[in-house]
Amino acid sequence: MFGTPEPWKIEAAERLVRYSRIADWLLVALVAIAATILLWLARRSVSEQFRARQGTERIVLGLMVFCASAAIFVTIGIVFALTFETIKFFQIVPVTEFLFGTSWEPQIPIREDQVAAEGAFGAIPVFLGTIVISAVALFVAVPVGLMTAIYLNEFAPHRVRKAVKPVLEILAGVPTVVYGFFAVLTVAPAIRQFAASIGVDVAPNTALAAGGVMGIMLIPFISSFADDALSAVPRSLRDGALALGATRGEMMLNVLFPAAIPGIVGGVLLAVSRAIGETMIVVMAAGLIAKMTINPLDSVTAVTVQIVTLLIGDTSFDNPKTLSAFALGMMLFLATLIINVFALRIVRKYREIYD
Amino acid sequence: MTDITSEKAGPGRSRSTTELVRQGLARRNRKQKLLQGFGIAAILFALSMLLVLVGSLLSTGYPAFTQTHLRLEVFVDPDKVDPDKLKRGKYEEMLAASLGAYFPDVDMSSRTASREVTQLLSSGAEFNLRDRVMADASLIGKTITIKVPASDNFDQLNKGLIKRDTPEENRRLDDAEIARFDTLDAAGVISTPLNTTLITSADSRFPELAGLKGALVGSFWALLVCFVVSFPLGIGAAIYLEEFAPKNRLSDIIEININNLAAVPSVVFGLLALAVFLNWFGMPRSAPIVGGLTLALMTLPTIIIATRAALKAVPPSIREAALGVGASKQQVVFHHVLPLAMPGILTGTIIGLAQALGETAPLLLIGMNAFITSAPTTPFDSATALPTQIFIWADSPERGFVSRTSAAILVLLTFLIMMNATAIYLRSKFERKW
Repeated sequence: MFGTPEPWKIEAAERLVRYSRIADWLLVALVAIAATILLWLARRSVSEQFRARQGTERIVLGLMVFCASAAIFVTIGIVFALTFETIKFFQIVPVTEFLFGTSWEPQIPIREDQVAAEGAFGAIPVFLGTIVISAVALFVAVPVGLMTAIYLNEFAPHRVRKAVKPVLEILAGVPTVVYGFFAVLTVAPAIRQFAASIGVDVAPNTALAAGGVMGIMLIPFISSFADDALSAVPRSLRDGALALGATRGEMMLNVLFPAAIPGIVGGVLLAVSRAIGETMIVVMAAGLIAKMTINPLDSVTAVTVQIVTLLIGDTSFDNPKTLSAFALGMMLFLATLIINVFALRIVRKYREIYD
Repeated sequence: MTDITSEKAGPGRSRSTTELVRQGLARRNRKQKLLQGFGIAAILFALSMLLVLVGSLLSTGYPAFTQTHLRLEVFVDPDKVDPDKLKRGKYEEMLAASLGAYFPDVDMSSRTASREVTQLLSSGAEFNLRDRVMADASLIGKTITIKVPASDNFDQLNKGLIKRDTPEENRRLDDAEIARFDTLDAAGVISTPLNTTLITSADSRFPELAGLKGALVGSFWALLVCFVVSFPLGIGAAIYLEEFAPKNRLSDIIEININNLAAVPSVVFGLLALAVFLNWFGMPRSAPIVGGLTLALMTLPTIIIATRAALKAVPPSIREAALGVGASKQQVVFHHVLPLAMPGILTGTIIGLAQALGETAPLLLIGMNAFITSAPTTPFDSATALPTQIFIWADSPERGFVSRTSAAILVLLTFLIMMNATAIYLRSKFERKW
């Protein structure tokens, strides 16, 4: 069917077969020699003075140090990857334009002669969108989460508390892609319908839908942090307030809650960092076009939406469109890092005071 | 002393204090009731949202667990298939002929009329027939009974998702099409069995043929890679930090670093994987191995934190007893502390893996949202994962994918519930109170 190959090909193939047979034998011989040498070495080192455990333990300890530093390598990897690509981006687009520009149109012409927008990389409207959506999320999550924590911590019968807490935790365990679909399928149409019934025009992918659903996701997060903070307040403060004649409600609002404020603030800050880093809900439910608006009824985009949409599909690392995603990622990483460090410090410091 | 004198000074005042308290008490209690009411309202809001979430998924998802099928008597025409080239047979024409028998008034030789009838069938129907014939060439020349999927619109009609009472111009099926469907239904051809396609086949452009097999296998490989990488690394790191690390600056830095890593947004890990694994190391795009590695980096902090907590829970008496009979420090840890901490470690690991299973954003960035119509056989093949498949289907315009997205979410949630239930079971079964 394919014809007979040329003689040189046959010769080459035969030589290849011969060589690989020799290589196989060499491999066997090498392994045998190595095994003999090692066996002899091992046999020789077995003596009354030989401390096998020390050597092994040194190796195991080394392995464990390696494991522990893996976490550091991950951080270094993140910082390097982001910095490297971000610097490349800033060589094309000036930093000031990125940080202070008010127009975000990352579509750049693919071919030379294509009529397309030049591409504008002012990230302010993108940041603004993230802020609007996060604000909506916190507007839902903070009051509901705090009230839940207050009730469960002080007023709920033991059985209710035991039943409600794990059920609330389910909300935290649902994957975000599910929330995203929920926002698109149920919440956004519901909001539109409600708004239409009172005569308000709402964008189909309004920030309210994405933010509201994100808020639902954050409820258990805030409530468990607030619950921990309330539980950490020493019993003497509660008992003191009750002994002075305060009702349990007054004790909660005037004594426990103010005493737990630092812990609660820490929890809320962590929730903020969650909200700005949250990706799937906004990718599915928020808009794509960056607008300079703080109106939550409008469609806004977010940092994470831009990162994902810029990088989905074909990616080459030499155009500002792709690189701008890394610059946005850098901003996201820095913002969450600062908030996290701050929040963890507050939470930890506060715990130490009462411990 | 002063209390007594002051009381003596004004007997009326003490009463008025009590009075004052009593007057205010009703108001204060009302305030407390209000606070409680807010609390209950907040809990009810959260719970009702959970209910709405689950309810809307169930109500949109359950139709996807069945699929409308047509049972047809097909004559495998020897003129239309060459036994030497079974793959090239004109199976569509055979199906059309068999379907035409139910519509004597339709001229099946006319192309447009024939197409209107075969519209009832999924475009995958001919492949069902082809596979049957290719598996057994002796069927040629015989009449066989075969069950083929109906196309998406008729599937929706059968399940009541396309309402018959909507005006014809707003409906996706016109009256003639519905009449044809009803003819078949009256002839007993239509059935709605369990939709096995949902599990047994991979993705497809056509909702009625699309399944989760590729995504399930892809997720399996990714989770396996994630486990193989993060479990030993996490345990090694946790043991070192908890049992061996000297209390110095470096250990402090590692510790803070791990806590912060746990709170880094998942999309940033995706950027890391894209820049390092794909761009610098040149690993294959869309492959579960890269997805697994990325997820491993994200799961690592969770496992480290859980393992450290489990190690901390083992009482010092165990360590001291082992040290007392002459065990080395590592023997103490590996022979005594670690086995006792294992249930806690496994619980933490399973919870970490469950989180990894639901993670979407980093997988999108490394391209695990590709359209792939076959299940991967190795971790190096292109694949999707369950959450990314959900994302793809949620973005698809065909109506049939709405219910399939919900069904896929229900499958994902089932896996998550199973994993978390295992973790809870392990914890309750093996947890020890010292």
